[in-house]
Amino acid sequence: MNHWPMLGVLIIVLGFVLRFNAVLVVVTGGVVSGLLAGYDVPDLLALIGESFVANRALLLIALTLPAVGVLERCGLREYARHWIGRLRGLNLTRLLVAYLGLRQLLSMLGMTNVAGHPQTVRPMLAPMSETAFERDKGAPATPEELARVRALAAATDNVGLFFGEDVFIALGAVLLIQGFYASHGIVLQPLAIALWALPTAIGAFVIHGLRLAVARRRLLARYPGQADAAD
Amino acid sequence: MLRIEYAYDLLALFLLCAGLLNLRDRQWRTAAFWLVLAALFGGGEAVIRAKAAGVRWPAELAGAAVLVLALLAPGVGRHRVPMVPEAQREASARRLGRRLFGPALLIPLVTVLVSVFGGYLYLQGQPLFVPAHRTLLGLVLASVLAAVAATRLGRVPAPVALGEGRRLLDTLGWAALMPLLLAALGVVLTASGVGRDIAGFSARFIPIDSRLACVLAYGLGMAVFTVIMGNAFAAFPVLTAGIGLPLLVVHHGANPGLVGSLGMLCGYCGTLLTPMAANFNIVPVALLELGDDWAVIRAQWPTALALLAFNLLALYLLT
Repeated sequence: MNHWPMLGVLIIVLGFVLRFNAVLVVVTGGVVSGLLAGYDVPDLLALIGESFVANRALLLIALTLPAVGVLERCGLREYARHWIGRLRGLNLTRLLVAYLGLRQLLSMLGMTNVAGHPQTVRPMLAPMSETAFERDKGAPATPEELARVRALAAATDNVGLFFGEDVFIALGAVLLIQGFYASHGIVLQPLAIALWALPTAIGAFVIHGLRLAVARRRLLARYPGQADAAD
Repeated sequence: MLRIEYAYDLLALFLLCAGLLNLRDRQWRTAAFWLVLAALFGGGEAVIRAKAAGVRWPAELAGAAVLVLALLAPGVGRHRVPMVPEAQREASARRLGRRLFGPALLIPLVTVLVSVFGGYLYLQGQPLFVPAHRTLLGLVLASVLAAVAATRLGRVPAPVALGEGRRLLDTLGWAALMPLLLAALGVVLTASGVGRDIAGFSARFIPIDSRLACVLAYGLGMAVFTVIMGNAFAAFPVLTAGIGLPLLVVHHGANPGLVGSLGMLCGYCGTLLTPMAANFNIVPVALLELGDDWAVIRAQWPTALALLAFNLLALYLLT
């Protein structure tokens, strides 16, 4: 058996670790794997071109950008800040935990596309999180702190999406699992798969919620007197 | 009938405009990047149709275009298009107030309405939305309606939407391409036999009579393989056919629904850990201007590892 194509995976891992441009790394790794597997150049080009084109749906999310851009120009992010500034009891942890729960529930109902990094995180959740954090801190935050807060907002969106989606019976993961078993002669109802994802969904909510509280405390720890206020 | 190809054509037009605006600003590299991508989106349907008809050169040309994109990628989006001044945005925010949330919430609202009720809409006896792509078409329709609503709310001319969209697209830069490239990479790696190789290699070293060893091999294998491939869906068939089904379900008599579900969730923990899952971990770095490719992963790895332990424990206790 030809083990040489594994070299492509090694290139990708090394490329990411050494922080080369990710697009270049991935394409190089793919080309190397393909060539080592014995593809000739035209075949490999056709394989790459065809699979790229077949996955065009993955970029459709970019069509939300004009709307989001116009709203930003009209002050959406600034307004999101004012709005959250008026909700007194809402600190960073509570805001992100509320978003986490909402995102998980929506994903469980199959509504995975209603939120996301371009649609909700950049225009709304990120500025809201920054404002909530600055109020927690009681002073303007540094750019590093704000970047950390935005990264936490992005992470919360990911966790909420992943660990809700699996509970929905008519979408992606569950159908893939069902289809896999069906092709191996085991017939399962979607519900018999989806229900097993429920404990992990609850676990994800608890674990990530606790982590958000810890992350907020750590960010505030440098400012005595703020960390223990209203957690 | 609304077909998904219309959405691709629309996106090709948007990319074309972004390319032309960059050309006007003398951002040659970024302009070339969006123009080549526009051509791939506009010509994608022709490539697939030619392939089905046995003509292969369009697919080869598309592959060559992908390589060109890779060579152009470093440096795309480094130039930042300025936003209108903050004072103007503040004034507009005060004037428009909570009405600004309207178009923003229109995106999720229309997407949900189309995905839930779109199946009941017919035009001349044909379903209005192609059933297989109803949710995506809902998202596209929602984006267009939200853009119209936003320009009307802000009383700005329609071309402003393209300019602002281009500003954000440039912010995304090459990260926009990663999800597609990784999907293509998955196909190449699978065709090259890499997946089979890894599963076969690990299966040789598992003491199959130990339930713990099988649970660890399957769960950790799903996570690690997902880290490499960037996608739990790509890891699932390989690892479940190689380890989950023969060892856990058949040999140890575990419930297949449970094994499949928790195996997939172990894979999702891997997704949180890898830059290969670009649309979740790299795209937001660009969109939120975090400056460090690992910033999102750094914010979520403790959650991922704790949940992975949780899943492994559940898999062990319940099988």
